[in-house]
Amino acid sequence: MNETIRNLLAKVGGLPVAADGLADEADLYAAGLSSFASVQLMLGLEEAFDIEFPDSLLNRKSFASIAAIEKTVATILSSQKAA
Amino acid sequence: MNAHVKTPVASVSERIARAAAVAARYADDVDQKGRFPAEAMQALKDERLMGVQIPVELGGEDTPIAEIAELCSILGQACGSTAMIFAMHHIKLSSLVEHGMGAEWHRGFMRRIADEQLLLGSATTEGGIGGNLRNSICAIEVEGDICRLEKEATVISYGVQSDAILITSRAHKDAASSDQVMTVFLKDQYTLEKTHGWDTLGMRGTCSEGFLFKGEAPAEQIIPEPFAEIAAHSMLAMAHLLWSALWYGIAVDAVHRAQAFVRAAARKSPGQTPPGALRLAEISGKLQMIKTDIIHGVRQYEEIRRNPESLTMGFLIAMNNTKLSTSTAIIDIVGQTLLINGIMGFKNDTPFSVGRHLRDAYSAQLQISNERILMNQSTMLLVNKQDMSLLG
Ligand SMILES: Cc1cc2nc3c(=O)[nH]c(=O)nc-3n(C[C@H](O)[C@H](O)[C@H](O)COP(=O)(O)OP(=O)(O)OC[C@H]3O[C@@H](n4cnc5c(N)ncnc54)[C@H](O)[C@@H]3O)c2cc1C
Repeated sequence: MNETIRNLLAKVGGLPVAADGLADEADLYAAGLSSFASVQLMLGLEEAFDIEFPDSLLNRKSFASIAAIEKTVATILSSQKAA
Repeated sequence: MNAHVKTPVASVSERIARAAAVAARYADDVDQKGRFPAEAMQALKDERLMGVQIPVELGGEDTPIAEIAELCSILGQACGSTAMIFAMHHIKLSSLVEHGMGAEWHRGFMRRIADEQLLLGSATTEGGIGGNLRNSICAIEVEGDICRLEKEATVISYGVQSDAILITSRAHKDAASSDQVMTVFLKDQYTLEKTHGWDTLGMRGTCSEGFLFKGEAPAEQIIPEPFAEIAAHSMLAMAHLLWSALWYGIAVDAVHRAQAFVRAAARKSPGQTPPGALRLAEISGKLQMIKTDIIHGVRQYEEIRRNPESLTMGFLIAMNNTKLSTSTAIIDIVGQTLLINGIMGFKNDTPFSVGRHLRDAYSAQLQISNERILMNQSTMLLVNKQDMSLLG
């Protein structure tokens, strides 16, 4: 999952720095993730993992770092499995 | 200063009524001359209304957002420019109240605002960036405990009259354009070199001239939280709600004037419904719609203030929607009042004049371009599923 996220980030994140060089915990907003790019990233994640983000998870915190994204995606995946 | 100054024993509604009466008296002169509404702003200070939003422990009155929106609406009925200045001041103040309570310098500054009734200005717009306020070109430079900033601030309302300016920039010289901070600079900590005038269609009294801003201040005056958080948690909502409230006020006054016109016609020919009455009935419904929308927005924001964790994209979309619909609806409403009042509304010197209202109303869709907001909305709606429940 980590790698898929990193690939998407490199493709649509529009960051001025290379996504490879980012630590899992690095603050993506400080790295230059714009709100437009974050939406593109969400769309990419929905496609890649066949999920839909509920509004309750569409907040800055859910996408603040690679680790946070992993957690957000995992939460949705497990709730989809449960359903 | 008036006798009732220091200890405001009168209710907020009595105080705003007195200040609004002053604003109404000078509204046409302010508009014609494109001058700062000095009398009305002094009245607002005399009535101690500049600091009401500040918590009681720091000398304010803890006035809820809903009431501040009402104050903006009442002022909007008197003078659009005064209302806009008052609203923008309170929008800036909200950044301190919501995000500066944990910082010693900002707490002290809030005490001063309440005590001295200081006026806060705003500099987010930048040459080369325009209204895309979540991006900056300029960067704040921190050296030891001093910070310095130079910004091509192409629009600062009442820049000359402000006692302090809250200004956005990148967080440091290597920061990405969206990695921003907001800093408070006091009047004696900056210079403003005028670069653009403000001879406009409407909102002429806001004196929103352009300047080259150069400031130097202790670095502790930088608001500790990232501007992204400030924008999402309080500024966007406060701006769209308080602006909408005062725009609503502008429309209300135009409708009052149309109502007076129709009533006068009805009295002259009893038994007949005057032609304008039908239009009046139509805009009464539109006015009610924006009122309901604003109040609903205020309730949503109050919920976010109580529970910041519940902030989602859906909230931002809702705030944007309120701004978009209010700013377009008022042009329609005020335009209809012109049709009702006819030539008496078109003239600038009758009790039924609505020219100033219409011109002021046209600023609403530009103050943060609706085109830009719609574009952001369309992006967010690619992932957000709007809450379609009636009660949600
Ligand atoms: C009464 C008033 C008071 C103001 N006071 C202040 C103040 O005190 N401080 C401050 O910082 N700013 C202030 N502003 C500026 C305001 O916040 C906006 O920044 C400004 O109005 C935007 O300028 P602009 O019309 O050039 O739009 P910009 O956002 O710069 O856009 C330029 C043009 O491109 C179009 N456009 C932009 N983005 C898009 C998009 N994504 N899609 C399609 N079209 C787009 C717009 O329609 C516009 O015509 C004030 C504005 C007004 C009207």
